[in-house]
Amino acid sequence: MMQRPHSANCSFLAVLVALSLATAAPHLRAQTQPSIPAHSKAKTAPDFTRSDLTGKPIHLSSYRGKVVLLNFWATWCEPCLAEIPRFSAWQKKYGAEGLQVLGVSMDDDSAPVQRVYRKYSLAYPVVMGDEHLGNLYGGVLGLPISYLIDPEGRIVVRYQGEPDLTQLEARIKALLPHPLK
Amino acid sequence: MKATAAKLFFALAFLVTFLAQPTYTSAQHKPASSIPTADFIQPAELAASLQTTTTSKPLILQVGSHVLFAEAHIPASEYAGPTGQESGLQVLRDRVAKLPKDTSIVLYCGCCPWGRCPNIAPAYEQLQALGFTHLKVLYLADNFGANWVDKGYPVAKGR
Repeated sequence: MMQRPHSANCSFLAVLVALSLATAAPHLRAQTQPSIPAHSKAKTAPDFTRSDLTGKPIHLSSYRGKVVLLNFWATWCEPCLAEIPRFSAWQKKYGAEGLQVLGVSMDDDSAPVQRVYRKYSLAYPVVMGDEHLGNLYGGVLGLPISYLIDPEGRIVVRYQGEPDLTQLEARIKALLPHPLK
Repeated sequence: MKATAAKLFFALAFLVTFLAQPTYTSAQHKPASSIPTADFIQPAELAASLQTTTTSKPLILQVGSHVLFAEAHIPASEYAGPTGQESGLQVLRDRVAKLPKDTSIVLYCGCCPWGRCPNIAPAYEQLQALGFTHLKVLYLADNFGANWVDKGYPVAKGR
């Protein structure tokens, strides 16, 4: 059998490595480090009231006593769509232990949000956001952005960009007010 | 034998890496990486050019989300999107319909990390297809908040 020359092997490997890096590169910077305020400086999450997609009013403060994952997203935001199925799974898994996920869509209108909500069968409420709500949270100028809020209503972590979902799930579990034994 | 094992390892690594990437279909968007870097303008450069009174200012168009534009945008920029959707591309076409093809235009979005932006590449390709010759695209690596607002560059609010 003919043996491939050594230089050909090296070229093959080099091409594979280069292609791997090229396809991965645009996504490597998408995952960002969370912003964690010191506990004593943790800010109370600004309260707001919005209607969910069914018209039911949602008051953020009514979730006091629960861990809240507040997720700003949009239907045109690819990294947002990648993470919301996990959030929905967490709502089902940890809801009884005191987790409440709340989505805030920054879409310009609700029609595509309704479609995505149905497509993904989201297990948590979604409200429509706008510039006023964005400004209330210090500027939502790039998506996704998520806030983890403790049962006392304080912002524990702010994630700009795609969070490390394993790390985020661990943080949620550590904060749950009614963990199952 | 070693070479074969190494080849298999790298082939597997490549396959895993490749499959882990999101796929771009026409129903999703053209990646921003399709825009040549020669047509990028960096935030610092654009911010500096806005301060000068001598040079003529380009037409600056935000082609992303209207909600994010209302939160914060570059002063004197106009909203013309979202160009990830056909309706937004029509808004862009209408805005530039009567302009000379050598008009200096800067496009920006900043809704998402550069590699995930659904709006910027369709806008760039549309204006190129229409024959505009003086196009620049503002390179926002992470998003408009991190790469423009947080840098202290000028910002306006409202729709």
